[in-house]
Amino acid sequence: MAFVRWLKRHLVVIAGLLTLGYLLLPNVIVTVFSFNKPKGRFNYEWQQFSTDAWRDPCGVADMCGSLSISLQIAVWATIGATVLGTMIAFALVRYRFRARGAVNSLIFLPMAMPEVVMAASLLTLFLNMGAQLGFWTILIAHIMFCLSFVVTAVKARVMSMDPRLEQAAQDLYAGPAQTFLRVTLPIAAPGIAAGALLAFALSFDDFIITNFNAGSTVTFPMFVWGSAQRGTPVQINVIGTAMFLVAVLFVLAGMVIGNRRNKQKA
Amino acid sequence: MAAVTEAPPLAPQPAEKPPRKRGRLVPYWLLLPGILWLIVFFALPMIYQASTSVQTGSLEQGFKVTWHFQTYWDALADYWPQFLRSVLYAGAATILCLVLGYPLAYLIAFRAGRWRNLIMILVIAPFFTSFLIRTLAWKTILADGGPVVGALNSLHVLDVTNWLGFTSGDRVLATPLAVVCGLTYNFLPFMILPLYTSLERIDGRLHEAAGDLYAAPFTTFRKVTFPLSMPGVVSGTLLTFIPASGDYVNADLLGSTDTRMVGNVIQTQFLRILDYPTAAALSFILMAAILIMVTLYIRKSGTEDLV
Repeated sequence: MAFVRWLKRHLVVIAGLLTLGYLLLPNVIVTVFSFNKPKGRFNYEWQQFSTDAWRDPCGVADMCGSLSISLQIAVWATIGATVLGTMIAFALVRYRFRARGAVNSLIFLPMAMPEVVMAASLLTLFLNMGAQLGFWTILIAHIMFCLSFVVTAVKARVMSMDPRLEQAAQDLYAGPAQTFLRVTLPIAAPGIAAGALLAFALSFDDFIITNFNAGSTVTFPMFVWGSAQRGTPVQINVIGTAMFLVAVLFVLAGMVIGNRRNKQKA
Repeated sequence: MAAVTEAPPLAPQPAEKPPRKRGRLVPYWLLLPGILWLIVFFALPMIYQASTSVQTGSLEQGFKVTWHFQTYWDALADYWPQFLRSVLYAGAATILCLVLGYPLAYLIAFRAGRWRNLIMILVIAPFFTSFLIRTLAWKTILADGGPVVGALNSLHVLDVTNWLGFTSGDRVLATPLAVVCGLTYNFLPFMILPLYTSLERIDGRLHEAAGDLYAAPFTTFRKVTFPLSMPGVVSGTLLTFIPASGDYVNADLLGSTDTRMVGNVIQTQFLRILDYPTAAALSFILMAAILIMVTLYIRKSGTEDLV
């Protein structure tokens, strides 16, 4: 009876933790199988422990090249989308202008559209214009679909900003440029950083839109897709695991720094 | 800084300064590059796609606009099973995401205490491993004769799913169940995050009030918590259903030729068969269907201001 009561009280916690397990199980598999030594071309069955792949992560032809292309595209797409998106977010929150409704829907629609639709229509545009598919068409597409997410992230932050802080700066004789650089931008920075991080993650991991508009350029997700047909090298698990670890370390470091700052303020 | 934020509200300005001529154009200059980008690379392609869908011709002789609307009927007649499958798989995945995601969002919002940030990180962190690699991991998890399939078999779950047509024989891979499982997995965080955001905003005192008024825990949930989390439920279902209905990665990696969704058809028509009009028509139908469904859904659930 006591057990039933305990179970009843903690049902939500148990269900939630099970879901968390479902979310994390593939990452566990990816990590474990990065130490596998598969027999055939595919790395789906456990054979024996080995650190070969970790010692030679670039041992597969073309993989690290595709990784570097993906990183370059992600960096440029992040910069482009963050600059353009931040400008739009400021215009939306701080100014009155005509056609606000149209601007809002133009920003909302890319997020409400299945990727395959955007991918296919963008390809028809590029084909009609006779554009050479490759690095630049991928970059154009990535900036396009990251833009809306940056706008949303920055907008949320700028909206919660106290406009009196900027008024106070101006009362203290700060010029418009000085107010923007020393008051507005620092306060909006977390929103901009969140938007940029999101843009980087979206761009780096995008497959569907890239697959349509890449021509013969191979990004890392496209390499993985191709390897699912030809044979999966253990090295893609190494890259997957390393990315996971780096991301978790980054976030943990950010949290520790954030906590320390909060304590100093208090 | 603290002194400034705590300052009493400033007295209302006696009169607005007349806007300077130059200042009035500022919002337009701020909007111009980004909006232009979206017009040229998002809106304009939609028009090109609409025009491509009513063209006829061949790759060698080129395509011409002939207002051949028959393409739409042919596409629907040929590919209605894939459309139906997309809606069913995406719908099933959305419901599963809601059922699985709600307890976790609830746990993070109300029960996690000092573990909250850690669990939050664990929900987001998988994003940083390429989703294709993680989807391939399901091939291992659901492998024929593996522990998961074995357990499902001995619990007679597979008998039930076989009977329902979700699986066939002793396999889970290459069946609808595997595809739905992959879709659910891939879009689960998109359900959890908006749910968490709306749950976290709920005033904890409302739960106490409901308890004080003799509501049982489940009644409190049904009458207080769940209704208040509706904005999260609505945006979560949209963020799950829309990408899931256009997805072709899960159907390709975890499914078989019998689980092809409309995204698979668009991809093959566009990139392999090079029948651009049919592909454009299919993509246009998918877009229209999604927009209609989303509009109806938002109207019905009454949450207009999602953005």
